[in-house]
Amino acid sequence: MTGAAEHLSPASLHTAVARLVRVRRRGLARRAAVGGILLAVVLVAFAVSLSTGDFVVPLVDVLATLTGGGDAGTRFVVLDLRLPRALLALLVGACFGLSGAVFQALLRNPLASPDVIGVSSGAAAAAVLATLVLGWSGLALSALALLGALLTGAAVYLLAWRKGVSGYRLVLVGIGIGTGLSSLVSYVMTRSEVTEAQGLFLWLTGSLNGRSWTHFWPLLGGAALLLPLTLVAARALPALQLGDEAAGGLGARVEPGRLAMLACATALAGLATAAAGPVGFVAFVSPPIARRLLPGHGAVLVPAALTGAALVLSADYAAQHLLPGTQLPVGIVTSLVGAPYLLWLLARANRVGTGG
Amino acid sequence: MTSQHTLQARDLALGYGEREIISGLDVDLPPGRITCVVGPNACGKSTLLRSMARLLVPSAGAVLLDGRSIQELPTRQVAAVLGVLPQSPVAPEAITVADLVGRGRYPHQGWFRRWTATDTEAVAAAMLATDVLELADRPLDELSGGQRQRVWIAMALAQETDVLLLDEPTTYLDISHQLDVLDLLTDLNRQRGVTLAVVLHDLNLACRYADHLIAMKDGRIVAEGAPSAIVTEALVHEVFGLRSAVVPDPASATPLIVPMGRHHITAPPPDTAPTAASS
Repeated sequence: MTGAAEHLSPASLHTAVARLVRVRRRGLARRAAVGGILLAVVLVAFAVSLSTGDFVVPLVDVLATLTGGGDAGTRFVVLDLRLPRALLALLVGACFGLSGAVFQALLRNPLASPDVIGVSSGAAAAAVLATLVLGWSGLALSALALLGALLTGAAVYLLAWRKGVSGYRLVLVGIGIGTGLSSLVSYVMTRSEVTEAQGLFLWLTGSLNGRSWTHFWPLLGGAALLLPLTLVAARALPALQLGDEAAGGLGARVEPGRLAMLACATALAGLATAAAGPVGFVAFVSPPIARRLLPGHGAVLVPAALTGAALVLSADYAAQHLLPGTQLPVGIVTSLVGAPYLLWLLARANRVGTGG
Repeated sequence: MTSQHTLQARDLALGYGEREIISGLDVDLPPGRITCVVGPNACGKSTLLRSMARLLVPSAGAVLLDGRSIQELPTRQVAAVLGVLPQSPVAPEAITVADLVGRGRYPHQGWFRRWTATDTEAVAAAMLATDVLELADRPLDELSGGQRQRVWIAMALAQETDVLLLDEPTTYLDISHQLDVLDLLTDLNRQRGVTLAVVLHDLNLACRYADHLIAMKDGRIVAEGAPSAIVTEALVHEVFGLRSAVVPDPASATPLIVPMGRHHITAPPPDTAPTAASS
């Protein structure tokens, strides 16, 4: 290494700045390009969801209907049946995607996601309780599911607390609590009536079948609050990703920052679960897809949200139209994508020896 | 241009849980100088450094930055003056060198102030000083240990603090990279007047590069001062339980410690060594 003095002549500093600006511009350009492509995929999936199905509405007519035109039949199909469902899929996907991206970046673990660390199981257990014990359904069930997710998140955080929370311990405690809650759900299901269990099972798989505007508005309200709040809380993420000590040295408030992000991510997952049930693996696979598209671009929160939206929209479309005459729950399709990825990740982690 | 900021510890007590590691310790880092902290494993040197960087809350006493308790100052305000490179920071997967160094600018960015030309300039200067500019868009995972350590130091430099604490920055580096890192820190001290405190394993390098040496054992300071004033065979024995000969370093005239084990000793130990009887 030559002396720093030689390097730090104004000319070489100028060259260095120019070089860094170039590197930065290239990065921003790639971000913009990938973001644009993801947005386009979301829009295409959205348009296809609105226009095709048992009753095909040409795109021109879809646009006309959305802007106030169209005949009564088209209006019913597009505005009452397809639009709320597509909007729900979009928001549910975005919430899961962002939630998973925050969990994985913050806990530095690709296995961390609300599915894995018990938040979804908490929502499911609350839903089972609501249906089978309290006899609730609809929005009341969703509200209780959200509460279940939040309570489980809080319990996992408190149990993992030991003068601060380490990512690894949080994941382990979460898996433990999640497994316990899943067994509870299974047990209660075996004791229930077949008809009740069937409806509940559909919810537990994650489904958008028969969702309408009444399901959409609470989700929109929650998402309008939580999505921006999460992005604001995540401003400390670049520091926290470097480990607690480096983050503390950089002047980040480590524990409050982590708690705020975990709370936001848990609430996002709970909100999405309340609207559509625990749609499997969306929070788990969306962030790694986004990271693959943008390697070395940090936690890629917004791209992960867009990926989640695209994933749930396409998966729900496939669930509706894959098998003629049957509507599958969307969670089945996302699990078909997610489960192989989980296995691959575990196999790779074992080979690399990092244990995930 | 020398840093006027002072960092002191007063009657400091530190521990993990029940176990007390340090008690009643007073430390002054001489402003604008390089302080090296040495001592055997588990003597509390890293613990001391972490508490001086406000990463550990003392169980009693205080760390004072410019005379005010560091725990009571807003952490972001501290981060504008005091930087720290921990022993094992974590790099997120696939992070690029430029991104990592840029994260050193975190304390300079507020709620409304995003990335600016000043930030780019600070990052560029840090990367030039550490000779990692050529690696700017490479992922950190692909670099050698020496390169990686230089990138971490660049991140600490990009923070542009007047006081910088480093916990064993040369561990895991081969000897030439160890010298690179210490030369770089010396440049930083001489050109920008940065006050440095460095925990080091290698006694001889510590003696050569330190203006002020702190020798610790069992959570207390055994001796401190200029290396040539304090390092003797007796001190080495007291701190490390090691028999040695201390001779002038032919390169720098600072004390050079020649360790002596049980084998391969042809010359009799110097008379001054207080060791023959006990060890």
